[in-house]
Amino acid sequence: MTAPTDRAVPDDATLREVALTRDEYHLAFDLLDRAPNAVELGIIGGMWSEHCGYKHSRPLLRRFPGTGPRVLIGPGQENAGAVDIGDGLAIVMKVESHNHPSAVEPFQGAATGVGGILRDIFTMGARPIAILDSLRFGSLDDARSRFLANGVVGGIAWYGNCVGVPTVGGEIQVAPCYAGNPLVNAMCAGLIRHEDLTSAAASGPGNPLILVGTDTGRDGIHGATFASVEDPEASHRGVVQVGNPFMEKLLLEACLEALTTGGVAGLQDLGATGLTSATIEAAERGGCGVTIDVARVSRRADRMTPYEVMLSESQERMLVVAHAGREDEVRAVFTKWGLHSDVIGHVADGHDVRVTEGSVNVAQLPVSMLVDAPTYEFPVERPAYLDDVQRLNVDELPEPVDLSGTLLTMLASPNIASRRGVYRQYDHMVGTHTIGPPGGDAAVMRIKGTDRAVALCTDGNARHCYLDPFHGGAMAVAEAARNVSCTGATPLAITNCLNFGSPEDPAVYYQLARAIDGMTAACEALGTPVVSGNVSLYNESSDQAIWPTPVVGMLGLLERADASCGIGFGAEGEIVGLLGDATPALDGSEYLAVVHGQVAGAPTIDLDAELAVQALVRDLIEARLLVSAHDCSDGGLAVAVAESAFAGGIGVDLELDSRQERDDVALFGEAPSRIAISATAAHWAAVEDRAAAAGVAVHKLGRVGGDRLRIGPIDVALDEAHRAWDQGLNTALAGRQPSG
Amino acid sequence: MRAAVIVFPGSNCDTDTHHALSHVMGVPTDLVWHATPSLDGYDLVVLPGGFSYGDYLRTGAMAAQARVMRAVREAADRGVPVLGICNGFQILLEAGLLPGAMLPNACVEFRCEWVHVRVETRRTPFTEATDVGRVLRMPIAHGEGNYVADHETLDALHDNDQVVWRYSDAAGRRTAGANPNGSVGDIAGICNARGNVVGLMPHPERCSETALGGTDGRLLWESVLARVAA
Repeated sequence: MTAPTDRAVPDDATLREVALTRDEYHLAFDLLDRAPNAVELGIIGGMWSEHCGYKHSRPLLRRFPGTGPRVLIGPGQENAGAVDIGDGLAIVMKVESHNHPSAVEPFQGAATGVGGILRDIFTMGARPIAILDSLRFGSLDDARSRFLANGVVGGIAWYGNCVGVPTVGGEIQVAPCYAGNPLVNAMCAGLIRHEDLTSAAASGPGNPLILVGTDTGRDGIHGATFASVEDPEASHRGVVQVGNPFMEKLLLEACLEALTTGGVAGLQDLGATGLTSATIEAAERGGCGVTIDVARVSRRADRMTPYEVMLSESQERMLVVAHAGREDEVRAVFTKWGLHSDVIGHVADGHDVRVTEGSVNVAQLPVSMLVDAPTYEFPVERPAYLDDVQRLNVDELPEPVDLSGTLLTMLASPNIASRRGVYRQYDHMVGTHTIGPPGGDAAVMRIKGTDRAVALCTDGNARHCYLDPFHGGAMAVAEAARNVSCTGATPLAITNCLNFGSPEDPAVYYQLARAIDGMTAACEALGTPVVSGNVSLYNESSDQAIWPTPVVGMLGLLERADASCGIGFGAEGEIVGLLGDATPALDGSEYLAVVHGQVAGAPTIDLDAELAVQALVRDLIEARLLVSAHDCSDGGLAVAVAESAFAGGIGVDLELDSRQERDDVALFGEAPSRIAISATAAHWAAVEDRAAAAGVAVHKLGRVGGDRLRIGPIDVALDEAHRAWDQGLNTALAGRQPSG
Repeated sequence: MRAAVIVFPGSNCDTDTHHALSHVMGVPTDLVWHATPSLDGYDLVVLPGGFSYGDYLRTGAMAAQARVMRAVREAADRGVPVLGICNGFQILLEAGLLPGAMLPNACVEFRCEWVHVRVETRRTPFTEATDVGRVLRMPIAHGEGNYVADHETLDALHDNDQVVWRYSDAAGRRTAGANPNGSVGDIAGICNARGNVVGLMPHPERCSETALGGTDGRLLWESVLARVAA
């Protein structure tokens, strides 16, 4: 595209403020056939930001499978995806990032991240039943990282507890690459009857647009564009929003009650870019235009300009499209809940978004232009760093003499230690759906009034993705599915959040493309389509990109809630075994990082083996042959069986697989597609029979019992090991040195 | 027999409590809006947990001024069993229906976990079907459960047998590790002088079904149902 040289172009500072390139400005000019005014420029910048417009990721995201027999609403259609769980019920779910705000103000950044994802769910008419949070921080040896981690956990607790939606799962991982750019991904799942699914469409010309909730202030202007540039620390502080969970609770109850009146035609939450994207996306879904009068928007600051009103990201606001003539009935519900509402405009004929201030036109833009951001595709070229990091010579690694001590070190390390100190700050029981609480492989939520339950988890191992983006992406999906399968649930669908560095860096673009390919391969193999998601790019600080971090949120279904399985050993004499015979290796393992200080190797996955082992464990659980099932992943076999022992409060005595030359590899080596199980002696033969019939290897390792962890050369008291594991993360978060 | 569960803006254990009473215990139960002027016809009134009015100002302080609280007071005066759970307990304190006040937990964090409490008296409608010394396992979920009162109040609570539950270990021993919030005297729940108005921090509605990991909460419901039926 060649721009006319005589065209006046805003200066660089102006374009930077709205996150548009010079070429994008020219494109906008050409599409309009005139210069956009300042308000229009802000609207275009917001809608074309990476956060709203997915301009670097949209072509790649099309590779994800988004359909399936259980998919009611797939990706990109509404604010979240919806999956059929039988009995006329559906789970609505999505995960979204709030990384950049959390880097600046962790408490409010995380809190408003929770608020935003809750609104994405109840805007569909669903009642949120579970929150999960996937978090990444720099090394907890660093005071700044501890401040961020404690602030984020505090913000999640403050918001979720007050709203009354249980926080039931998630992950916390630490690695130095997140020091300047922590990740806060919040996932929410909501429950709804199929016929109650509500669209965020502004349709029916003449239907009034009602803005409800908090009054609009100057907070958060440019939040979306802020999230689409590098180095959050260098950016402005004023863009971080402040949450009000009580207001969110009122909004949640009022919206769900308003929907029961039948007077609501559409419901859309206000998130990034506030009124701008809310009205424009709703107009696009409805195939209509919209007219908004900013003078009718209640403010909490004086002399706000139309630009500020349109781009404010004040929290806890919703846009209600009412059926014409029924607005009073709808507004009465909000009044009952003590909420203010303003009729700010209406659905219009045509296909333009028109913004006025009183009778003065301040912006008029075609909806199609705004929702179709320019996209960028780059060649996918394998970066040179992969050859370096994938090299791993295990023979050069000294094997620890005291493997019992190594187990204690592993158990106390921040990526493996118990998360109890964190999740006990979260109300994980409110709603009385939680029958599989935090601490297991996946949260299990019963569905009242049915025999069913759903299992939910988040997973994503960025170290694996850094070492091999394709296999790492596939392994994230596979591990999430395995975690759900270990409860007995059948994996149905995923939502995902893709956290990456700058896509303009060829190495990052390669990571993004290959991780998506790997996730796609796993989703297709496991039959779990992607129903929703979010992309967070430009996660960099001081020119260092984070590791590629795709986070997978998995939904599984248990036909019988009472058949769900936990991770804890039950009683003396039970037989412990390992399903799957993938060869453990140190590539990309937690052990390699914690004990040898190395991030190296090339982790891989065989998706056929993965599918088989998951199907087998579900079959064994459904047949009620297992006492426990636990994903054998981070920390390898030794950590997995230790966790099952802690959960059961009983020791274990196991032999090691003699095929491994090195004990440390057998104990702490990792491989996907492995599940540690226990079964009563009476059931063991049946377990072996079913495994044989399924063509899956099962190794008998030993028995449950006693008060020690005896795993090959390891022999340590259960309570000593438990203490190390239970206190490890608390100690790190408090900045204390581990004791003993 | 008919039960009322009061709904304040920000209550979030209202439907859980309704579920436990109506679907688990089979008691006809209504969710009653905070602007309701009368609770005539109800045999049991429950103030549920949550964050009424966002817990802004002080926990329970704004809800204590809600219109329905006059009706709660009248019901209490008539001898109707009134139970305040968690935020409901905080509201009863702020309304003056129970003595004392709450501070933030000594650990300065929200705590959601299972705890043990020991039954201290059978004189309330919620404990008369159990035994003194019996240990119940129930979940807590609060940031401000650190009960305090002045010496005279504490003496009066003791002398009048108004301490209903104290935190303990599984064996019923009062140990330092068993008290999750630093409350004075390990107090988990108290009653008024008459015994019919009871507040506690643990959540019986979260442990009324096997699927939820425990059923000791049913003992409170069974006890009050027996009282009302008698």
